[in-house]
Amino acid sequence: MKATHNPRWLTFHALLVFAFLYLPIAVLVLYSFNGPGVGGFPPRDLTLNWYRILFNDAPIWDSVLNSLLVATVAMLIALLFGTPAALALDRAQFPGKALFRRLVLLPLILPGIITGLSLLMLFRIAKVNSSLVTIILGHGTALISVATTEVFAGLQKLNRAQEEASLDLGATYWQTFWRITVPNLKLSIIGAALLIFTLSMDEIAVSFFLIGRDNTLPLEIWGRLRRGITPEINAISTIIFMFSLIAIVVWYRLRTRAEATPESSI
Amino acid sequence: MFSRAYRAAITVPPLVWVSVFLFVPYLLMFCYSFWSVSDSGAIIHSWNLDNYHELLTKPVYWQTLLRSMWIAARVTFFSMLLGYPLAYFLSFHAGGKKDLYYQLVIIPLWVSYLVRAYAWKTILGTDGVLNTSLQYLHLASHPLDFLLYSPFAVVLTLTHIYTPFTFLPIYASLEHIPRNLVEASHDLGATPQQTFWRIIFPLSIPGVLAGATFAFVLSLGDFLAPLLLGGPSGIMISNIVVSLFGAAYNWPLGAAISLCMLALVLVLILFSERLEKKWSFS
Repeated sequence: MKATHNPRWLTFHALLVFAFLYLPIAVLVLYSFNGPGVGGFPPRDLTLNWYRILFNDAPIWDSVLNSLLVATVAMLIALLFGTPAALALDRAQFPGKALFRRLVLLPLILPGIITGLSLLMLFRIAKVNSSLVTIILGHGTALISVATTEVFAGLQKLNRAQEEASLDLGATYWQTFWRITVPNLKLSIIGAALLIFTLSMDEIAVSFFLIGRDNTLPLEIWGRLRRGITPEINAISTIIFMFSLIAIVVWYRLRTRAEATPESSI
Repeated sequence: MFSRAYRAAITVPPLVWVSVFLFVPYLLMFCYSFWSVSDSGAIIHSWNLDNYHELLTKPVYWQTLLRSMWIAARVTFFSMLLGYPLAYFLSFHAGGKKDLYYQLVIIPLWVSYLVRAYAWKTILGTDGVLNTSLQYLHLASHPLDFLLYSPFAVVLTLTHIYTPFTFLPIYASLEHIPRNLVEASHDLGATPQQTFWRIIFPLSIPGVLAGATFAFVLSLGDFLAPLLLGGPSGIMISNIVVSLFGAAYNWPLGAAISLCMLALVLVLILFSERLEKKWSFS
């Protein structure tokens, strides 16, 4: 039985929104193969030349390596502090907990410029020069919010009886944490890690203010956009988009496989 | 069941990190906003309200803030207009393809913000994809130059970026509506329109509020899309802050503007949380 109607405009509207969402992506990918450069219609002289130029462009690949480094370390920081933060919000009482919760989650909704500038002031006062380290600290701090939300959501589904049983049977807190809590939160932690990594690879608003001599990929792209546009940017974006798609598929398969195995198996 | 040592171990490290890297920086921003800068560029650590006085008296600041809010409001409105019916379609009419469509909404989120703004620039420019297509199809004889470097371009790009963000909470709240409520309404003789406006829409309001807050706040603070696509008429409040921290070199005034933005954002979040609680179904 259908309790709600499905007017044709609703389907049409959905199609339009999808077209709107995918138009720029399609243009981006298509014009990475366009011989004369970005723009012009119809696309012509399809070529891989821009990819060839891209592969010989050392500054871009340096910035890719910088971004990978920043994303990896920022991910570790965010997980290292975000996971206990979620545990603390779930199972500890302490003065200022409400303020703590708000502070941790604030960078999630705050425009990046505010997080970036406030950290810039901190580093200025502490006489720390801007470099990849300041960017890592910035990303790590801002993305703790993501780790905390993801792990906290996982904790809400966690069955505490298992932890209690483990403690009753004489395991230490440390053993219980590594053998019961973490394995149960595995999916949330992996999901958070993937998300944090991607967000950090993309991040520009915070990095904008904390950048030193070495560029991350988005800042390298930003610098080039200010000078003029070339299909090289389309090419590198297309490659990154393909990697993101692979990451989504991997994550999706991990999740469906985990959901297929019964929860109770220890 | 958890010992004191365990609770300390999970609480103290994040507490310390968050205090040093979030609390202290916000506090510093607060302090800076009361300081000033000397002619030689040194920060004068004497406390006064001059920066706030300047913000209130010089029209350029509050006019730009109002323009930013107007841009953010339009972005929020259009994201809703695109996101809500899409979420409704997925939740109630997509059938077995629901998961696939859901992933299709998420995928654009994985394309870098900067790259999507850049893609719009290549579409809207004078010799961009849109203009050359229009000329190719003989729909226009000369390029339309009002497309790029205008508030329109900023609103369009930010709408593109925030539509999936508004979609997500709305979809989540629609998915939480017990389907038997909808069926009951139908069985009791309500028309589909009545069912939507009396049952479905009120129950989705928390999602609408969360999505709207997100779109409004994040587009209000944006400075990259205006720099890339906005032109002189598309300047937003964050662009002023960026220049105050850069070439104009007046950190204290920039801090005062940032703090006003922060306060505005916090008020909005608290307000929307309160409303969400009022409308939540339980």
